This record gives sequence, C-alpha cells and structure tokens, in this order.
Amino acid sequence: MTMINFKLNGIKKTIETDPNRRLLDVIREDFKLTGPKEGCGEGECGACAVLMNGHIVNSCSVPLANVDEQAIVTIEGFSKTPQYEVIKDAFAEAGGVQCGFCTPGMIIATQSLLSHNPHPSDEEIKIGLSGNLCRCTGYNLIIKAIKIAIKKGEGLW
Amino acid sequence: MVKSVIAKTHQQALQALHDRPHAIVAGGTDMLIQNRSHTGMAIGYKKSVLYINLIESLNYIRDDENHIYIGANTRLETILRSNKTPAILKKIIYEMASPAIRYTATLAGNIANASPAGDSLLALYAMDSLVEIQSVKQTRKLLVSDFIQGVRKIDLSSDEMITEIIIPKEQFTCVSFKKVAPRQSDAISKLSFAGLARVKNGIIEDIRIALGAVFITVVRHREIEEKYLGSTIDAIKDQADNILKDFDPYIKPIDDQRSNRHYRKQVALNLIKDFIIQL
Repeated sequence: MTMINFKLNGIKKTIETDPNRRLLDVIREDFKLTGPKEGCGEGECGACAVLMNGHIVNSCSVPLANVDEQAIVTIEGFSKTPQYEVIKDAFAEAGGVQCGFCTPGMIIATQSLLSHNPHPSDEEIKIGLSGNLCRCTGYNLIIKAIKIAIKKGEGLW
Repeated sequence: MVKSVIAKTHQQALQALHDRPHAIVAGGTDMLIQNRSHTGMAIGYKKSVLYINLIESLNYIRDDENHIYIGANTRLETILRSNKTPAILKKIIYEMASPAIRYTATLAGNIANASPAGDSLLALYAMDSLVEIQSVKQTRKLLVSDFIQGVRKIDLSSDEMITEIIIPKEQFTCVSFKKVAPRQSDAISKLSFAGLARVKNGIIEDIRIALGAVFITVVRHREIEEKYLGSTIDAIKDQADNILKDFDPYIKPIDDQRSNRHYRKQVALNLIKDFIIQL
C-alpha cells in the first residue's frame, strides 16, 4: 500500500492503496465518479478519457502510481467550467449524442484539442478524436458539434 | 500484491534496480495492457514494479551540433511538437497513436517493448539512433538496432534502464513513411515502411530503407543501401527490380490476426519500389 496524493477535479486527495491499480478503477470505485467508462480496457476507445495536467489520457492505461502529485479532471469536474457549457450545448445542437456512452470521452477529447489548438482544421479535429470510438458511428455529428463549439466559444480557449 | 517503487529521481530508480529486478513502467500504455487483469483489479504484474514516470530529469529534448538527445521519460506528444525532432520521426508519431496515447507513452517505452510493428523504431533504425543504458555501475550506448534482439527481446540487464535516445542529425531530401493499417489512426501496423534519401546533383549520396512487421525485428540492411550509393537517379530507378531482389530474402512476415504473410511481403516490396521510382 502506498500513499498517493493528487488533485481530483481541483480538490486535493490522498489515498492509501495499491499503486498498481488503474486510475479508472480508483476514479469510479473509490471516488464514485462514473463519467469515465470502461469500453475496451486497452487504450483504444477513449470512453475512459480524463484530463491529466490539462491533456487527454486514457484512465484505463494509467497506473495510479503515475498520478502522484498530478492534477486529474474528469467529466464531472469539467462540467463546472464555461468551456463545458459551450461544448455541451454544441453537442445538443448538432445531435452529437446518441447512446451517450462515448460522450464524456468525446467531450474530454474536444477540450484537450481546443485547449491546445483553438481553431483546428477538419483534419485536426479528426486527429483530435482519433482515440475516441463512437459505436453509434455518429462521427459527422460530433465533428459538426465541435465546429459549433469553436464558433460559439470564440475566446474561451 | 507485488511491491512497487515510485521513483522521483534518476538515482532512486537506478538504486531500486540495483537492489532487485523490477518491471520498469514509464507511461504504462503497453505494460498495463500486457499485464492487465480483470476490471477493478490491480494490474497483474508478476514481479516488482519500478515506476519512472515522475522522474522529471529524464523528460527533455536537447540538441547540439550533431545530435538530438531525448530523455527516457519524454512523451511522444512532446517529441512530435519539438522543432528539434527529425522529420521522419514526426511523420511516424503523428500517425502511430491517438492524442491520449501520445500524451502518455514514451519513445523509450516503444523501444523497450521491442515489437517488430513498433512504428517509431523505423525512424530510429533508419537514423542510426542510439540508446543510452545506465545502471549504478556503468553507462553504455548502443545502436537501437543492436539493442533490440528479437520479438520482446532486448539487451538490458535486470539492473539497467534506458535513460536517453540519441539521434544523429542528418539532412535528407526524400523522407517517406507509409503505415499500412486497417484504419488511419490508433491502429497497429499490418506493415510499415520508412525511406530516407539524400540526393545531390542527381546523385544518391545516402539512402536508407526500414521495414516494420515483416520480420522478428525491424528490417534494415546497410549493405544493400551501400550498393547504390553514388548511383544517379536514373540508374537507381533502372535498378528498382534488383533492389527488390536484394530485399526479398530478408522480408519474412508471418500470418496473424492483422494480416497474412503473402500480403505483407507483396506490399512491402511495392512500397520499396514506389520509394525508389519516386526519388
């Protein structure tokens, strides 16, 4: 057992546990935050995506040991930001949500993309989403949503 | 529960390896998947784990007149964004993984994983890159192509770790990377190709070809390349079929879930030919 200190959604947390546990399991089981989901469990689908120090990572592929002294933001934490409001409304307007399982990961991927590149090209949007699978195959509507968010959120990123 | 060490300094990591063998984990994108357990369970490592992800002194890209130096903890995304990174390596990293993987995974990890389908290895083989290996007792450097000895086989003792990747600075006029995979992004290669050439006044001054996923290691044969140095562009294009004959015996792919050996071999030869005739 090891003490791991990290920021979760802006709040300092200390947890004494096995550092070989996956960040995804700790978020969901210990902190009861179920926005990040397990899809493939091997870093391919992005359903478990969270922000680590502002960058997208797959929480199924991050050992808790690597989170020590780092800042993690899940969709629950991100939902309290103005950027989330813009992205959420854009997804609703474009119909970018179907079954919803991939949506938290898609929104995290959108935030990671726009925070590094506020005006991405179509190609850059596709690359930005390339680690997030939507099994409803609603990609075009998700891309449309991101374009709406870029326009309506001008200046936020 | 296996024991774990979360190293915060380079010395701490080397000492842990000196004290007893550990599985080394940096970003963890391969190690977690290869050792995954059931959902909710800790990763099922068979031996003690040394986490090196938080060692900041191994997170850098530097250069001098002749070389680029990449720390073992440097993320693929950092390497992709650096203006020091060679064009061939940038092309490969852009295609090899999703942003989430690029923000997590390291180049050193891709080397240590020693997969014949490891895309970044093509750039490292083609550029004659070196790895620096350290233990408490010694530091040594060797070519990535010597460090990797087979599928998941590397020249690394239990008390050693990769600390740096060293890439010689070279100028090339032709830089080509082709990844053949079932989808454009976030896919493991069926096979891959990297070609580099420096052509001056119509003469081939340097040519390098590396192929992935067609043998137990990345394939590069300097003796074939050397045969064509000094050729004119027209002469090497005329020799394209002979170059394919040169490579033919070294392209020995396998059948697996991603592709089959006949397809892999034919496409590998086609990609070599395409590179030559487009010089």
